[in-house]
Amino acid sequence: MMRNSTPKDIGSINFGLMEPEEYREMSATKIITADTYDDDGFPIDMGLMDPRLGVIDPGLECKTCGKHSGSCNGHFGHIELAAPVIHVGFTKLIRRLLRGTCRECSKLLLTEDEREEFRGDIDRSRKLGRDLNDVTKAAIRQARKKDRCPFCGEVQYDIEHEKPTTYYEVQQVLTSEYSQRIAGAMQGDEEEGIERTTPDELAAKTDIDLTRINEILSGSFRPRESQRKAIEKALNIDLTDEDTNKLMPSDIRDWFENIPDEDIEVLGIDAERSRPEWMILTVLPVPPVTARPSITLDNGQRSEDDLTHKLVDIIRINQRFMENREAGAPQLIIEDLWELLQYHVTTFMDNEISGTPPARHRSGRPLKTLSQRLKGKEGRFRGSLSGKRVNFSARTVISPDPTLSLNEVGVPDRVATEMTQTMNVTERNVTEARRFVSNGPEGHPGANYVRRPDGRRLKVTEKNCEELAEKVDPGWEVNRHLIDGDIVIFNRQPSLHRMSIMAHEVVVMPYKTFRLNTVVCPPYNADFDGDEMNMHALQNEEARAEARVLMRVQEQILSPRFGGNIIGAIQDHISGTYLLTHENPRFNETQALDLLRATRIDELPDPSGIDDEGEPFWTGQDVFSELLPDDLNLEFVGTLGDTVVIEDGQLVEGTIAEDEVGAFDGEIVDTITKVYGNTRARIFINEVSTLAMRTIMHFGFSIGIDDETVPDEAEARIQETIDDAYDQVQELIEAYERNELESLPGRTIDETVEMKIMQTLGRVRENAGDIAEEHFDDDNPAVVMAESGARGGLLNLTQMAGCVGQQAVRGERINRGYEDRTLSHYKPNDLSAEAHGFVENSYTSGLSPREFFFHAMGGREGLVDTAVRTSKSGYLQRRLINALSELEAQYDGTVRDTSDTIVQFEFGEDGTSPVMVSSGDENDIDVDHIADRVLDSEFESAEEREEFLGTKRRPTNLSEHADSRRVSDAPEVTSDD
Amino acid sequence: MTETEFDVSDDVTAVVEDTQLPRRLKDRVYRTVEERDGVTVEQADEIAKAVETRYLDTRIDPLDPVGTVSAQSIGEPGTQLTMNTFHYAGVAEIDVTQGLPRLIELVDARKTPDTPTMSIFLEDEYATEREKAHEVVWKIEATKILALGDVSTNVADMRVVISLNEDTLAERMITPEEVAEIIEDHLGVQTVQQGATIEFGPEEPSYRDLLQLVEELRDITFKGIEEVSRVVIRREELDDGEEEFVLYTEGSAFGDVLSIEGVDASRTTCNNIHEIYRNLGVEAARETIIEETNNTLAEQGLDDVNVRHLMLVADIMTNRGEIESIGRHGISGSKQSVLARAAFEVTVNHLLNAAIHGEIDDLDGVTENVIVGKPIKLGTGDVDLRMGSTSR
Repeated sequence: MMRNSTPKDIGSINFGLMEPEEYREMSATKIITADTYDDDGFPIDMGLMDPRLGVIDPGLECKTCGKHSGSCNGHFGHIELAAPVIHVGFTKLIRRLLRGTCRECSKLLLTEDEREEFRGDIDRSRKLGRDLNDVTKAAIRQARKKDRCPFCGEVQYDIEHEKPTTYYEVQQVLTSEYSQRIAGAMQGDEEEGIERTTPDELAAKTDIDLTRINEILSGSFRPRESQRKAIEKALNIDLTDEDTNKLMPSDIRDWFENIPDEDIEVLGIDAERSRPEWMILTVLPVPPVTARPSITLDNGQRSEDDLTHKLVDIIRINQRFMENREAGAPQLIIEDLWELLQYHVTTFMDNEISGTPPARHRSGRPLKTLSQRLKGKEGRFRGSLSGKRVNFSARTVISPDPTLSLNEVGVPDRVATEMTQTMNVTERNVTEARRFVSNGPEGHPGANYVRRPDGRRLKVTEKNCEELAEKVDPGWEVNRHLIDGDIVIFNRQPSLHRMSIMAHEVVVMPYKTFRLNTVVCPPYNADFDGDEMNMHALQNEEARAEARVLMRVQEQILSPRFGGNIIGAIQDHISGTYLLTHENPRFNETQALDLLRATRIDELPDPSGIDDEGEPFWTGQDVFSELLPDDLNLEFVGTLGDTVVIEDGQLVEGTIAEDEVGAFDGEIVDTITKVYGNTRARIFINEVSTLAMRTIMHFGFSIGIDDETVPDEAEARIQETIDDAYDQVQELIEAYERNELESLPGRTIDETVEMKIMQTLGRVRENAGDIAEEHFDDDNPAVVMAESGARGGLLNLTQMAGCVGQQAVRGERINRGYEDRTLSHYKPNDLSAEAHGFVENSYTSGLSPREFFFHAMGGREGLVDTAVRTSKSGYLQRRLINALSELEAQYDGTVRDTSDTIVQFEFGEDGTSPVMVSSGDENDIDVDHIADRVLDSEFESAEEREEFLGTKRRPTNLSEHADSRRVSDAPEVTSDD
Repeated sequence: MTETEFDVSDDVTAVVEDTQLPRRLKDRVYRTVEERDGVTVEQADEIAKAVETRYLDTRIDPLDPVGTVSAQSIGEPGTQLTMNTFHYAGVAEIDVTQGLPRLIELVDARKTPDTPTMSIFLEDEYATEREKAHEVVWKIEATKILALGDVSTNVADMRVVISLNEDTLAERMITPEEVAEIIEDHLGVQTVQQGATIEFGPEEPSYRDLLQLVEELRDITFKGIEEVSRVVIRREELDDGEEEFVLYTEGSAFGDVLSIEGVDASRTTCNNIHEIYRNLGVEAARETIIEETNNTLAEQGLDDVNVRHLMLVADIMTNRGEIESIGRHGISGSKQSVLARAAFEVTVNHLLNAAIHGEIDDLDGVTENVIVGKPIKLGTGDVDLRMGSTSR
């Protein structure tokens, strides 16, 4: 069938309403029975599971298109509704249309001038992409002001809307108590000074026959409208009552059918595609079974989809409605059934309408109907269309492997044998392809499937692999296992920035975890406490090329957020380089070679000196310098506040620590990446990390309880400062109680005393920290880590050795708990330090139970805060991405969105990339230097010259794996074209 | 081409002008060539080329999805921002929303920030003399009755008695007569003013009316701007070592403040982007968005976030000539594509509205193309790539 052939490429999508005839036309069958399957388990004809609606059971054939399950998308059916019902989604618009159009001739209650104005507004809003509903609302507001239709003169009544789907017309009609009211008014009121009116007088005043008046007064004649008005005027009374007249959907449909096309265009409604009467349903489309598959439970029972349940309800009521109507049931019953039908159709489309009880499953769970399927994070749009589940992906726990390059990822063999790469067999790779196939699906560099030139896909099994391998010829496709050097995409959630998804080269390894070099932890924000990561194997050459050129880890060393490197040494690497360079230790030849064994350096430079025993030695700085590019010159203030000087690739002065080689703007790494390129930076980072690991193994590095214990003398001094502070706090409290405390500007006395106490106690911790620090040697591991920036800071040291300090909740001392006190251990209104969460112990000495409790309070706040923060910032990020995702830099330097609206004439006002410019002028172009080089023409080769002038570019996308292989086996691959 | 003030030959000018260098770098090349004698045209060309190569390297790549990168660069550190930090860096007395809530507030383009403040710079002698600066303070800070004197109620006589503090009155430059007049205007009562005491009462003796009057009296702003509840004056050091007085306020009324004598309108700012927009226009609003987001991030030690990202966010928020928020009610809600809007928030409503208005989705954007399964027109999706063989 024509309409079921889905186009390959979608050009655009038109939205509109469907008319009933269209529903019937596209329907494969009319559905009349509420039953699904008969006793034998076969679908009933014209039932909800009619085989013409598509197939879900494998092996069966679709009665409409003849395809099997999987390739048949399913076909719609339809239900002829016994009476029209309102579409819930449009209730507001229906109300507006009822209010804005004439009840008699259905024309829009606007004069030609007004229409012209709103037409203009609609056009303008369309062009500017504004919300058309605002114009519609304004037009309706204008139309409602009319009491009478400007075309046919009919009086207009107010329309009331009772949610969700009932409409009333409010009319003024003669009250049933008219005779009593007239009589009452004719009595007059002596107090108010109103005279009695006789029927004669009334007759004279109103120009009505006296007999008529008497008939009216007796209640045997209902006054006509003109008579009513005359009486009302004469007696100054109101004889009307509000009468609400319910508008049935069929009435509304008739009403809307008469609205002229040009009238609804004024309201911004597309009359061509969406006639208003189509908002009232007479035919209900039945979704194909593929959209509501039933599942067979373990016990063989079939469990139907929520939509099917809802449709069953609709058909049942629909039938009862028809039967009752044919049997001539009273209007009341018919109306009840009509309402019930409306309820079921309403909940079929949206089961979360306010004011209507949701339709429920037998178990009490609300049904998930059409709207619920589309809405929200797990809905069709966000859950199944914008993000999909994919093949060729793997997920497992990650663990560190410092021997890998940062570009690599260790892939467990069982993952490698499951995920494949498609190999197009040519004359050049037949032998390779055959080898893969002959290894079978279990042997490692094997294959799982092959595709013959005729398109037939064959599974490679242990049994047929040898046989199949011989058949493989150019033109076949082989789905071979992942092997070393393949490029894959690696990701850790939450994917907050582009460095959360990077391309790695595969290294197949035993065991079950993904292995990665520790230097890539910062971009992924990964650690190894059980983190899992995802891997995706790429399936076409274009993707692999893109991944290798743009997404490889080494291409992501610089972060576009701050323009510095995000990959670099972390934690132990930093401790390692610190130990290596801080006191510039000496190493003998064996030791120096051992430090450098995992790097490219296999020959030591000239010794740094000869020691007293006549043995040559190499200093830590010299060993480190081996890793630097030969012509690197740098001078900057380092982590320890000293100057780090590098001259001609030689570290002359300074300690190498966090600000030098660390992730997040390590100066040396940053410079190497910007000046020497990503490949050189990758080598440098790899080597720094291995050198650091070797160093730390050489010196040994550990931390224990004793490292944080201070001598008794220091302990006493700390206690002394704490006691001092307690005294000060006591003084403050006494001053406060005597009302002698001067309040700080803009604060109350209570706040002032609180702030002052906080300050005093804050100082205690600092002082305790200072005392503790005095007693630590420079080689104390905690000090080394804090100084070098590897991990932890002075605060951690203070809390371990000195005193944990004041615990805070909401930036204040702990003030919650019981009335006027934090715990029942304290007197009410005790302002002292210990009663409000000051922890005077250190982590080493241990906390008292009360301190522990306050500490837990502070800790809990931190946890809650993080939880709130992640959800808030996640939403912020989603909104930002959604608003900015369409922006792209163009060839002309402008930034435009996908509909070509210019947002910036030049990105960031100067067109420079945030990656290439580290903030400031550091990376400025040195014209003088360039001129020197050009004029002196001191180039070693023409190639170098070309590279310098920029006529020839550096190669960027070499595989690290290929690099290493090229060294080992000599024959270079030559191209034959 | 263009005339340059450098003494170089026309040929050199021609080769340099031929490059894609910006004016600044072209001038630098001229200067370098000028400084060195005997630079041939070829050499000048090479210098220009080499400079151009380096310059082009620093340029943003064409087809770079800068929007997404900027959004990530601002969103990613969001996880590191604190939730509820108050306190302004310089002025401890004034509480200002900081951290993530402030960032959200800015991006939402809220009509009024949680804690509106202004930084008011003064000019001339107002900036240097404390007395003069105080004059400005009194013109700005809303003066309530409690700041001027004590209010007591005489229940027996049904009178409200205000005893004004004459020193404060003199300091704030307001006379008891003026106070009495303002009270009469606002409360519609007859006052009896005698020296520094003012008395008045309800027309008919009623305990409730009396208390009501006191309540209303407390709300009257006698002097200054009603929105500004507090002004803090601070002495700040300028770059050249001079000192000046700067005012910080709690509450903001930017337009009113700018017209006060002594206020340096060119430097005075406000943290409400809408007020800036109303008084100074979109460009100023854009500048303020950049400034405020940058300050918010810097306050949390994230000042390394590149300004270009903040600029892009500010630019898209002000792209239509008015401030639009980021999210459902702003940019994301006014997207052209139905599918993109439906995929963001309030899915069903967008679809139903699209049907009524007969909208057409041309599938230009990113989300739409992801939904229909076509390559997106951004980055590498914007170019076609073919596999080729290298000839050597």
